[in-house]
Amino acid sequence: MLEAADVSFGYGDTLVLRGASVHVARGSLVGVLGPNGSGKTTLLRLLAGTERPLAGRVTLDGADLRTIPRRALARRLAVVPQETHLAFDYTVLDIALMGRYPHLGPFELEGPDDVTVARKALEATGTLPLEHRLFTTLSGGEKQRAIIASALAQFARLDDGGDARGQDGGTPGEILLLDEPTAALDLHYQIEVATLVRQLNARRGLTIVVCTHDLNFAASICRELVLLKDGRVIATGPTADTLTPAHVRALYGVAADVRYHEAAGHLTVVPTARAGA
Amino acid sequence: MRTGTTRSVRQRLLSTVAGFGALALAACLLAPVVGSTRISLARVFDRSVPFAENVDAQIFFVARLPRTLAGAVVGASLAASGVVLQALLRNPLASPFTLGVSAGAALGAMLALTLAVPVAIGGVTAVPIASFAGALGAVVIVYLLATVRHRGLSTEVLLLAGVTLNAFFSALILFVQYFADPAETFRTVRWLMGDLDVSSYEPIVASLPFLATAFAVFAWLPRPLNLLALGPESAASRGVNVHAAQRAAFFSASVATGAAVSVGGPVGFMGIVVPHLVRLLVGADHRLVLPASALFGAAFLVACDVVARTALAPLELPVGVITALIGGPFFLWLLVRRR
Repeated sequence: MLEAADVSFGYGDTLVLRGASVHVARGSLVGVLGPNGSGKTTLLRLLAGTERPLAGRVTLDGADLRTIPRRALARRLAVVPQETHLAFDYTVLDIALMGRYPHLGPFELEGPDDVTVARKALEATGTLPLEHRLFTTLSGGEKQRAIIASALAQFARLDDGGDARGQDGGTPGEILLLDEPTAALDLHYQIEVATLVRQLNARRGLTIVVCTHDLNFAASICRELVLLKDGRVIATGPTADTLTPAHVRALYGVAADVRYHEAAGHLTVVPTARAGA
Repeated sequence: MRTGTTRSVRQRLLSTVAGFGALALAACLLAPVVGSTRISLARVFDRSVPFAENVDAQIFFVARLPRTLAGAVVGASLAASGVVLQALLRNPLASPFTLGVSAGAALGAMLALTLAVPVAIGGVTAVPIASFAGALGAVVIVYLLATVRHRGLSTEVLLLAGVTLNAFFSALILFVQYFADPAETFRTVRWLMGDLDVSSYEPIVASLPFLATAFAVFAWLPRPLNLLALGPESAASRGVNVHAAQRAAFFSASVATGAAVSVGGPVGFMGIVVPHLVRLLVGADHRLVLPASALFGAAFLVACDVVARTALAPLELPVGVITALIGGPFFLWLLVRRR
């Protein structure tokens, strides 16, 4: 559905992506793994259409992203950045309502239906009790969930009779891109966000792409992986086939033990090389 | 902290505009009546006395009314520009003068004063024209610097270029001042303080087309500015044309600031004090903050000017002294409050 074909991108003279290809199928939950500087975030920006590839192309259902108006794209595809620092004190509900931007005309004020959509999105991420709190007073995990709610609010359409459909049944075809969603979070909030991401994929049918360098986080939620190194895709496929000691070594230059953890219910990666050895 | 604001944006917008609008209207109606000389409104509007002999009417129409209108126009423009630039730079401590506009305007005004340029266009003297030209010159330089090596507008470069240009233009001003005679220096210093003693309607009228254009853009800006608070990338992924919004914000705020400064000089702290007071009252939503700041800015500067005219009567202080005396401590309090 969302596809990057042979894309390259660089800042200045240095290429960050060198002919990377990624296919994201409808309803999938894909993890993009790689060391720092491997081009994960850049790939996400290209998939989101906020940057354009120097070579190659990104398509959504076969249409080049360049040809899709940005507001139309925003109603189908949402991005959650690694961290959000607000310059001003908005409430959590204000943040969720910002997701309604692509649904409103230039001078249109959001109506009760938009508020309903925003509150449903907050409910879906467990942040509805915080709706009147100032965003800057939230914990890292709460912030991340409020931003995910704002992204969800981008999707709901009101055009069928004007009633606020929360899309609880799930609408295939909507895509959420998350950049290092757990990088700034402690263990508790990491699990909280991991659970939320898995639920959004399983219950709402959202297609999700997650960039991360946290191998265990990726192993715990992703069904497919794309391994990036130096701007190239070195492997892609189901998590069980892709997350191997050989690939971990190729990505990070570290010997690691990869095995299925019974209690956790997913593959786990433990580096085995000692520091200095 | 505001809690439980479940009223719709429309309701809040209406009550905000009504409240601050009433305040601005009250300030503008009261200010011309108040002053060191008592005037009678009955005599002001008494048609039976010829204007040349009607001192009350002269005070009202020649001295106080243009001053009040200038205060309203300048206050509204500087406060609204402050809101827009703070949102653009994602920095609540930015002011309309952060990006070099005031220094450019000051350089223009000082050159016109020092060289005693005799040019006047349609009743507008050289100083406002030169200061507006200087402001636009600074705007263009800063804009070119911020775009030359970036796709779109780099707000970091914008900020650094503005601060540097401010310092450089100030150096140029001091350099020219060194060779100027004391009378010229005094007039320049007086201009730099910000003074609403316009004594005629022409500069106000001349600034209106520019201000009207800027405010028309301001009407469109609040929603993109709200989204920009999330960061340019998040805004873009929600459908905002970030580059267009940034350019519109930069140029509209710069033109409004340049036009305001050409009327009243660089009246300090308006663009910081007013937006922050307004945010304390109405929250962060720019759809409320922008119109409320414009209206409150008008009321605030008109009120400050009344104080400037009357506090040490018959001496008239430049209004910039009053706004700085209020704004300085307020700004420091703000810094400390922001953890």
